[in-house]
Amino acid sequence: MKYVALVYSNPGAFEALSQTERDEMMSEADAYLQEFTESGELLSGGVALADPSTGKTVRVRNGLPAVTDGPFAEAKEQLAGYYVLDTESLERATEIVVHDPAARFWAVEVRPIMDVAGAEM
Amino acid sequence: MTQQTARGIEDLLRQLVPQVLGALVRRYDNFDLSEDAVQEALLAAALQWPEEGIPDNPRGWLITVAARRLADELRSAQARRRREERAAAQVPSDEQVEQAPDAEHLVPEEDDTLTLFFLCAHPALSAASQLALTLRAVGGLNTGEIARAFLVPEATIAQRISRAKKSIKASGIPFNLPPEAERADRLKVVLHVLYLIFNEGYTASSGPDLQRSELTSEAIRLTREIRRLLPEHGEVAGLLALMLLTDARRGARTHADGGLVQLAEQDRGLWNRSYIKEGLALVTDSLATMPLGPYQLQAAIAAVHDEAARAEDTDWPQILVLYELLERISPNPMITLNRAVAVAMVHGPEAGLELLRTLDDDDRISGHHRLDAVRAHLLEIAGDHAAARASYRTAARRTTSLPEQRYLEARAARLKQDSQ
Repeated sequence: MKYVALVYSNPGAFEALSQTERDEMMSEADAYLQEFTESGELLSGGVALADPSTGKTVRVRNGLPAVTDGPFAEAKEQLAGYYVLDTESLERATEIVVHDPAARFWAVEVRPIMDVAGAEM
Repeated sequence: MTQQTARGIEDLLRQLVPQVLGALVRRYDNFDLSEDAVQEALLAAALQWPEEGIPDNPRGWLITVAARRLADELRSAQARRRREERAAAQVPSDEQVEQAPDAEHLVPEEDDTLTLFFLCAHPALSAASQLALTLRAVGGLNTGEIARAFLVPEATIAQRISRAKKSIKASGIPFNLPPEAERADRLKVVLHVLYLIFNEGYTASSGPDLQRSELTSEAIRLTREIRRLLPEHGEVAGLLALMLLTDARRGARTHADGGLVQLAEQDRGLWNRSYIKEGLALVTDSLATMPLGPYQLQAAIAAVHDEAARAEDTDWPQILVLYELLERISPNPMITLNRAVAVAMVHGPEAGLELLRTLDDDDRISGHHRLDAVRAHLLEIAGDHAAARASYRTAARRTTSLPEQRYLEARAARLKQDSQ
């Protein structure tokens, strides 16, 4: 089964860390990605997202597009990145994500990816 | 070159892979490097044979080429080591380097295919690694083909294979058949790996996923190989029969757009008659002469479905008996769930629904979309359309498969139309 791990962070929380804490977290994150890439369970090295304020939000209403800046930091937690796991079960995926330092600082949501295949009923 | 020749060469190569690999592992006692060398020899053959024709002794050709690659690899590894150890005065002479021997000396007297199956499905490896390694080392698929079939990056499959090889090396597993006392349990793992490969391909049999469906043919081919080596084993026959009788329905189980068609509504004219015939013969013979096991019983159930000319001709009482037997020898809630369908078809939907209620407190299946889907189906038969609709909706929300979700939502929508 494939799962996406969505990393949510509090805006400003990373800035609040000391340089040593940041370095520690980064090297821990690298080791984490390497370990589970090598086990053949983590599919891509992961994608980090730029600050939400650098993006745009698109909505089309009544055929008219409305493009706004942001989102800005009103949300408590924002999507900061994601990576894909391919494991035997949700339990195993969760077990892996426990080792992600982001889970210690913020939160990581593990969600099944819809399969394009299915069984007859 | 015609398509047919290309196909013929590919089939021949796939067939020879385990024998070639077995020969190399016996000679060099290095599974890891032998396996790489065989992949390279396969590539060389796939490039050369279509141009130059198939050699007189294709197996000998492959063994010679692979042995040469392996000798080169060992030589350069030794050179690397020599450079690294240049401080040491004693430089090994070339005579110590392994020379590639003639194929004549390497062609084995016995067939190592079975030993390879056991090695690839070693319990020390993760299931994902067992699948990838079996497909490569016994099936002769390359890493890219396996990756496309499992919809993961090629690098991931390469990781799984290299990790598996490292585990094999680290645990010093000998290249021999497992001891007699362990063989039955180890064979179960081998069969389970083939079953998983089959299922991975079977659930994806249309549209953009055609490539994945090659996994079913590969699983069938490999199971035939095991059957050739263990013709008296009931569960091997049972698994092969189960695959054939299930795969026989491939052409009828999806619409052109990839939507799922449930068994009762399939166009039975599209079923593969020759697979059904072969599967029926296998299951009949194995049930009569060999010890009974879960694959044989599942195959027998598939056979009863496949024998019915129309859905309404299905011999449900017999299916019910088979599910009762299956549940007795390998109890698990998924089987109880399927038995509930049979109970409903024989004794009415209420009886089936009552059996389903016993599963609500079972952690292994409560919350699983199939429980809701079966409940919805039985409620629909019972005429309780409002409750059926609600159960279809719950099932649709819980499934992680897009075609299943579309199917379940369509069932719910149909009931809504009916009741209006």
